[in-house]
Amino acid sequence: MAVVPEPALDALDRRIINRLQEGLPVVERPFAAAAEALGIDEGTLLERLSRLREAGLVDRVGPMYRAEALGGDVTLAAMQVPPERLEDVAARVSAFPEVAHNYEREHTFNLWFVVAVERPEAVGRVLAAIERETGLRVYDFPKLQEFCLGLRLEV
Amino acid sequence: MNDPRVPAPPAAALDEIDRRIVVATQAGLPLVPEPWAEVARQVGVPVAEVLRRVRRMQRRGAVRRVALVPNHYALGFRANGMTVWDVPDERVAELGRAVAALPFVSHCYQRPRHLPEWPYNLFAMVHGRTREEVEAKVAEIAALLGEADRGHAVLYSRRLLKKTGLRLRP
Repeated sequence: MAVVPEPALDALDRRIINRLQEGLPVVERPFAAAAEALGIDEGTLLERLSRLREAGLVDRVGPMYRAEALGGDVTLAAMQVPPERLEDVAARVSAFPEVAHNYEREHTFNLWFVVAVERPEAVGRVLAAIERETGLRVYDFPKLQEFCLGLRLEV
Repeated sequence: MNDPRVPAPPAAALDEIDRRIVVATQAGLPLVPEPWAEVARQVGVPVAEVLRRVRRMQRRGAVRRVALVPNHYALGFRANGMTVWDVPDERVAELGRAVAALPFVSHCYQRPRHLPEWPYNLFAMVHGRTREEVEAKVAEIAALLGEADRGHAVLYSRRLLKKTGLRLRP
């Protein structure tokens, strides 16, 4: 894999990205509170965040919701797709609106996707529909325990 | 066998106003000095009520936290490896917590095995700028697990085929 050039981030951008991944307080002026902790003013922080978001380096700043706690359900599923069928099967899987993410990975289990639904019982129905449509087995990998702590990218 | 999924809190824990808050904020907060006031206007309740409800969702686990979500790929972390490990079930909680505490692991979960094709029960997502960087991190996880590592694999992503995020319909 080619080494890509580092995006143009200065030291303050990096501090902002590193620090704000840990969280913002749920208060009326969260950016003022975060700016104070960074030793800058609120306007500078907002201007930097807008620029980082416009450049696509930051997806968003906001609540990180747990889909299964919102009354719906989410699972990770995988398939072993014969290489000659991969394009077709991947397109069929992506066409399901319930499929949120879909990745091709290097393994005999070569297609990995996240299914998210608003009602728990629909996850099984979506996986069964994908099996019917492709004639291939879908392996369900629901989360049994979550150990997330880190979730922090140092830039 | 019973459904092994992590039990979700009852859906009733989220009422119609909570739901409107989720819809108004799932794509991010507006980058303005008082973002929650804007959310409150959209939802049609006072800002104090929005803050109270977001804090409650956080206590109940529906909100992990309110934070910046980076775009790993755009930031140059293009070697994204899903590492999967076969560890003894009776130690998976202890080992999962240790792996999750590593700064380069973004997600870490116990998931079911599908024997014989799939012996792995611990999944940890590792991001790096290059494969060499990811491989060094995988070696660090292997060293941490010691003999509990009965086998592992790294599944590099070859292509992102779809990414829409999780969305509630308005």
